[in-house]
Amino acid sequence: MTGYIEPMLGRYVHVEIDREMHRIYFEENGAGIPLVCLHTAGSDGRQWRHLLADEEFAKKFRIIAFDMPWHGKSNPPPSWTGEEYRLTTARYTQTVRAFCKALMLDKPVVMGCSIGGRIVLNLAIDHAAEFRALIGLEAADFQAPWYDTSWLHRPDVHGGEVCAALVSGLIAPQSPESSRRETLWAYMQGGPGVFKGDLYFYRVDGDLRGRVEKIDTGVCPLYLLTGEYDFSCTPEDTKRTAAAIGGASVTIMEQLGHFPMSENPEQFRRYIAPVLGRILKQSTSTKQGEYV
Amino acid sequence: MTGLRQPASPKRTLRRPDDRAIDTPDRRVFRSLANVGIAENPCLKRMTSAPNATDAAVIRAFAGIPALLEQAPALIFCGRTLDCECLLGPIDHPFHVSIRGGRIIDLMPTPFLTRPWRFSYRASPAAWAEYWQPLPRPGWHDLLALTKREEATLEGDLYPFMAHLQYFKDVLALPRIHQSAVPA
Repeated sequence: MTGYIEPMLGRYVHVEIDREMHRIYFEENGAGIPLVCLHTAGSDGRQWRHLLADEEFAKKFRIIAFDMPWHGKSNPPPSWTGEEYRLTTARYTQTVRAFCKALMLDKPVVMGCSIGGRIVLNLAIDHAAEFRALIGLEAADFQAPWYDTSWLHRPDVHGGEVCAALVSGLIAPQSPESSRRETLWAYMQGGPGVFKGDLYFYRVDGDLRGRVEKIDTGVCPLYLLTGEYDFSCTPEDTKRTAAAIGGASVTIMEQLGHFPMSENPEQFRRYIAPVLGRILKQSTSTKQGEYV
Repeated sequence: MTGLRQPASPKRTLRRPDDRAIDTPDRRVFRSLANVGIAENPCLKRMTSAPNATDAAVIRAFAGIPALLEQAPALIFCGRTLDCECLLGPIDHPFHVSIRGGRIIDLMPTPFLTRPWRFSYRASPAAWAEYWQPLPRPGWHDLLALTKREEATLEGDLYPFMAHLQYFKDVLALPRIHQSAVPA
């Protein structure tokens, strides 16, 4: 008798980003509508393991989570010679689109959290027609900084510990202790300067104020969900962003913080299930939609 | 396919984050403290105001932290390389705290005269009371959430604080775990 084996499978796909081939690690499970999941800054695709293993969702969705280059099991590109890592809006957008293209995904749904939520907004602005629906978790066009990112990458402060300690306060106090620690463990394992480099996109390069008004939810539906305990991307930040977008769906998630899918998967499921149900309903003319 | 059905609304066990929740009798006292601090007459203004009974309860909780820390060996381990002097506590009545190897070896209330310190983390009594609730309300649940909402100030040389950030978060949350020490 073998031990329990989880259903998701992990593989590497070679993806051309900015004229250079990248070896990207991804995990997937299920069949149906492609659902691409984007992790938060400084973490990796493990954040989505509970969603990936969800038997019910996997019946209708091909759930995919990949590690961004420099994160998790996706290494820096071969051309890297030690320069400071900085994620830009253009680079992030290109990475997501190239990954979807490499897997030949047909109008996928993209769901991103934090920086993933921000890039989802940029996808909605510039590339909406490529996607079936977009879901932004802890997403806003901009949010006020609350610490100096130089603390994240300096030789006299342990990067893993300070990264985890900073984001620990973004987890809701109701979240199970084991899930809280698992969420923080990924932050403790990030490469030096990677979280800081991701936040370059979040704080400097990816300010979408004044641009989100261009989003046409008639072309691609947009769902925004934010945890009430997220004091980085606050519910007010998300509501302000949504107010500038006609037709965006907004949900404030109770007893959740900045990492809903990993800090409390059970609670998050209560909120994401209806959203996936609506996407399923809009995507099919069969009676499947009546399940939701 | 039950998994995609509209679920029942998530159970809510915490208080709503609205003003009514703040104004329970217990909380009203702490909230009022946030605006008291300094005597209203500028001519009578002092660098530190005299504590009233409720402020004293927060101070008592702080005074109990060293003993609580001694019961938390994992937390002492987190601070094993930390030696520093700092100011921690209510804005008007912080303690001068001496830490050696993760242990608090001295906790002196105001006035501590000319003792040097590297950094200070001070919050309103209302903020400490909220921070120590078993399930703090959103925005009151983390030291840096309190600084962001300007209920706390972080000053000085921040290196020891940032290099041991989780240690300080957990040490200063000890009265939350040991509710008998939390003012109610």
